[in-house]
Amino acid sequence: MTVVDTPTSERDPVNPFKSTERGGKVDPIFRWVLRSSGVLVLAILALMVLRTTWAAWPVFASEGLDFFTGTLWSVGPSRSEVTGTYGAWPFIYGTLVSSALAIIIALPLAICTALYLTQLAPPRIARPGSYLVEMLASVPSIIFGLWGLLWFLPNVLRPVMNFLEDTLGQSFPPFSILFEGPVFGVSYFAAGVVLAIMILPIITAICREVFMLAPEGEKQAAYGLGATRWEVIRKVVLARSVPGVVGGTMLGLGRALGETVAVAMLIGASQRVGTSLLFPGDSMAAVIFNTFADGAPEAIWALFAIGVTLFFITMIVNILARLLVWRIGRITGDATV
Amino acid sequence: MTDDTATMADPMVTATKRPDDGTRSTEVVFDVEDLDVYYGSFRAVRNVDAHIFKNDITAFIGPSGCGKSTVLRCFNRMNDMVPTARVDGSIRYHGWDLYATGVDPVEVRRKVGMVFQKPNPFPKSIYDNVAFGPKAAGRVKGKSDTDELVEDALRRAALWDEVKDRLKVSGLGISGGQQQRLCIARAIAMHPEVLLMDEPCSALDPIATARIEDLMLELKKQFTIIIVTHNMQQAARVSDRTGFFTTEVNPDSDTRTGLLVELDDTETIFSNPSDERTEQYVTGRFG
Repeated sequence: MTVVDTPTSERDPVNPFKSTERGGKVDPIFRWVLRSSGVLVLAILALMVLRTTWAAWPVFASEGLDFFTGTLWSVGPSRSEVTGTYGAWPFIYGTLVSSALAIIIALPLAICTALYLTQLAPPRIARPGSYLVEMLASVPSIIFGLWGLLWFLPNVLRPVMNFLEDTLGQSFPPFSILFEGPVFGVSYFAAGVVLAIMILPIITAICREVFMLAPEGEKQAAYGLGATRWEVIRKVVLARSVPGVVGGTMLGLGRALGETVAVAMLIGASQRVGTSLLFPGDSMAAVIFNTFADGAPEAIWALFAIGVTLFFITMIVNILARLLVWRIGRITGDATV
Repeated sequence: MTDDTATMADPMVTATKRPDDGTRSTEVVFDVEDLDVYYGSFRAVRNVDAHIFKNDITAFIGPSGCGKSTVLRCFNRMNDMVPTARVDGSIRYHGWDLYATGVDPVEVRRKVGMVFQKPNPFPKSIYDNVAFGPKAAGRVKGKSDTDELVEDALRRAALWDEVKDRLKVSGLGISGGQQQRLCIARAIAMHPEVLLMDEPCSALDPIATARIEDLMLELKKQFTIIIVTHNMQQAARVSDRTGFFTTEVNPDSDTRTGLLVELDDTETIFSNPSDERTEQYVTGRFG
């Protein structure tokens, strides 16, 4: 057999592989749209950080590191220079404490709820249950604030706080410090518990998604080896889900750190750094919300400085979460993490 | 199984159709009687009667959807995982009814191990994969105890020499054939009496398949094996007894119900089956 190539002169003069309308023009446009959307998001973020930092700079320059550690927040009246004293520690402390409390309460509850919905509940409960959880996530925070302040606080939280003060508060450190009386009502504790309710749905929803992804093959393998349901949940479902759960927790924590209205209504607007969870305090977002309307320009600069600080705290939390996930991935040697 | 609701019925059941050539055991491990399996109201398998003998390899063959995997999963109650699944009739394990009240499926699965179609090691080290079952059951105390058990299981699964220097490597980091032998090692680390294998070679290449088949012939000295296979040659090569399943269309709907046509010595099934449908299937005229 001989192979004969078609001579160039006899070939169809039209290139059969010429790019057609479809791929030729639409692909570049599509690519351009996607690329500019990506760039736009980054540009907005950069603009915000830069503009805020620039506006806050006089306060940072005047206070130095004292801005983060100082406990006196005394607002000056100037339009052109920094005359007041700006120590934001009470607000930083309030934000961290109320958010930490929220996570400590919400995370175990969310994991248990999600495990129930994915591993135990029959479909006729699991489906509406999941919808309800997602609905709770869409309740506006002002509603949580109002409900928290007017009903939940007097009817539920106050008796609980009285009880904690009577028991743990009378025991030994650190509990005797954390739950020292008297009970005011509005407090870190009240803000933290309501925050926990607010971030519960998002953590639950993400945990639910993650638990549903636990590979059926691995669950079957574990059952086949005589594992009990609890062992399958612990050693297959939970072990597989750590990165996802950490991610969901971080989303919840992000919301808790930045939550404004509900916290402003429940934390008490006190600039003392209260050692007891039952004392009133203040948070970063709450103080911005409460004081921006009637602040002199230098006070506004200081509020911007709080904003920048909050942004960086959120960023640090996210980086720590990534490191945590990465480290867990290395320990378990999971190829899929 | 110590609960008194689990009844002991005629523990000395012996084969009715089994030729005793003196080399094979006549002890019945599973006695299946008039087994029906339902998913909801749909009857997936009907009227299965079978004896499974100790230290035999029993192969289940048949076309897709004939219920052979469904029946296999009844032997260690894996069908319990399917919320709508329901079983009628009885499966007796050495006389004990597996579906009696008071039978803990967890304990059943510790005595009746399972290997799945797709190799499914845990995303843990090879060592931890093998140690998983015994640790969960609280059977090992201390590291040397566990080491010994892991080595023994890997040796019996003919995997030890290939992985002994990398026991800490992820179970997902070895070849597919090795993963499947790891799953076998993981199952036999529980010291079960029976190994159920659900198409264990269908995801493997011919060389890995041959190794698993050799391994099965070795393992049957210690274990009773039931294997579901799509591959008739595989059944002919490794099994002592073969069960042929088929399906029949239900007259009132277009659903199909599986049934066991016959279960006999492999040689008989492939050379001189008593049912015409079996003959058509094994000669390639059907299925």
